[in-house]
Amino acid sequence: MITIKGLEKWFEQLHVLKGIDLIVNPSEVVVIIGASGSGKSTLLRCINFLEKFQKGEVFIEGKAVNQQDEKMINEMRSHVGMVFQHFNLFPHMSVLHNVIEGPTQVKGMGKEEAIEIGRYYLDKVGLIDKENAYPSMLSGGQKQRVAIARALAMEPSAILFDEPTSALDPELVGEVLLVMKNLAKDGMTMVIVTHEMGFAREVADRVVYMDEGVIVEQGTPKQVFDLPQKERTQSFLSRVR
Amino acid sequence: MTYDFRALIDFFPYFLPAAWLTIVVSFFGIALGAVLGLLTAFARISSKPVFNLPSRFYIFVIRGTPLLLQILFLYYSLRSIFNFEAMTSAIVALGVHNGAYIAEIFRGAIQSIAVGQMEAARSLGMTYRKAMVRIVLPQAFKRAIPSLGNQFIIALKDSSLASAITIKELLLKAQQLGASNFKMMEMLTIAAFFYLFYTSIFTWLFHKIETKLSVSGSA
Repeated sequence: MITIKGLEKWFEQLHVLKGIDLIVNPSEVVVIIGASGSGKSTLLRCINFLEKFQKGEVFIEGKAVNQQDEKMINEMRSHVGMVFQHFNLFPHMSVLHNVIEGPTQVKGMGKEEAIEIGRYYLDKVGLIDKENAYPSMLSGGQKQRVAIARALAMEPSAILFDEPTSALDPELVGEVLLVMKNLAKDGMTMVIVTHEMGFAREVADRVVYMDEGVIVEQGTPKQVFDLPQKERTQSFLSRVR
Repeated sequence: MTYDFRALIDFFPYFLPAAWLTIVVSFFGIALGAVLGLLTAFARISSKPVFNLPSRFYIFVIRGTPLLLQILFLYYSLRSIFNFEAMTSAIVALGVHNGAYIAEIFRGAIQSIAVGQMEAARSLGMTYRKAMVRIVLPQAFKRAIPSLGNQFIIALKDSSLASAITIKELLLKAQQLGASNFKMMEMLTIAAFFYLFYTSIFTWLFHKIETKLSVSGSA
């Protein structure tokens, strides 16, 4: 479970998050939507402490994480996976090596066990036949699926997705979304920042609409997409449709 | 004036001890430079002023003054303080000089690795140090290799400046022999041959390393 309380963040003078409160329950799929610059990616990065924030608190599994405590942050990160827009696979490592790097280096798992787990998750994202390939040999969609397997191999309690399909060619988006749908079905806790409204409607348990650093409105996909209460939400949805 | 081709062969053996000295000065100078360079690069990218400021000052001074001046300066100061031999001073000077340049090569290479690589590693729960060692440095080293090769070749040729502090390496040997047998051009030709031989080996070696690394996964 992830709990965010009164989170505020400034980049220099720019107030990008103006008091965010959000609870993500176990097995819940929360999709954050909003225009560019609304602060949605920054919020996601704050949950993983890739961005430091000035006010508020983030609780992971009920524990308040101290931003100054590197050890605690590292421990927390090993429980919360992250998938990036630009994949960020390690180019000097094979696909399997990418996937087992976390378990072996962070959890101290033995190589054989890690390989077994790595292969299990590569199979899950449909790339077991690519384990010896290097990232440069893969398509964008395949790279992102490896990145998802890399996050899964840490067996995290939640995974954060930062616009996972935004850097993909249109014809490659589907395969990544399919993997994510299956994860949702398996009960993985997910927080997803995306522009894929169709996907949000289909997979989200809850949709959160953000604008100018605040959560404007949230609810089930039906509530937010079909009966938006706030004018800002209505105008955003009319623009993206 | 005639050019004596025979002298090239006749005097060749006299150069062998000098050729060895050039190797020794260059090898230890480059090794010291590489270690200093890597440490300085880390200090340079550190956000802590205790590390950052001295490394910037070091690079500022070394890049802003001639190597010959540095060799002479270290020779006189190290001799009077630690009673160092000329040979040690030459190695230290070459190492300190190249350390500054190699630091900038490493710094550039490390910073050229996308921020996302560090973030991906950290998001798995790795410490900064582990992410650096496992993820960033292997990629940075690979990217630094062409520039490092270049710098090593420069360092090898720069070892000739150690002649100014009585190190009988190739250039000083050529000058001394030339002054006594009046075949200066021939002697300089022999010295040039050795430098070309050494730099060819470097070029070949670095080419090998580059191709080998580009086969095993590309960046």
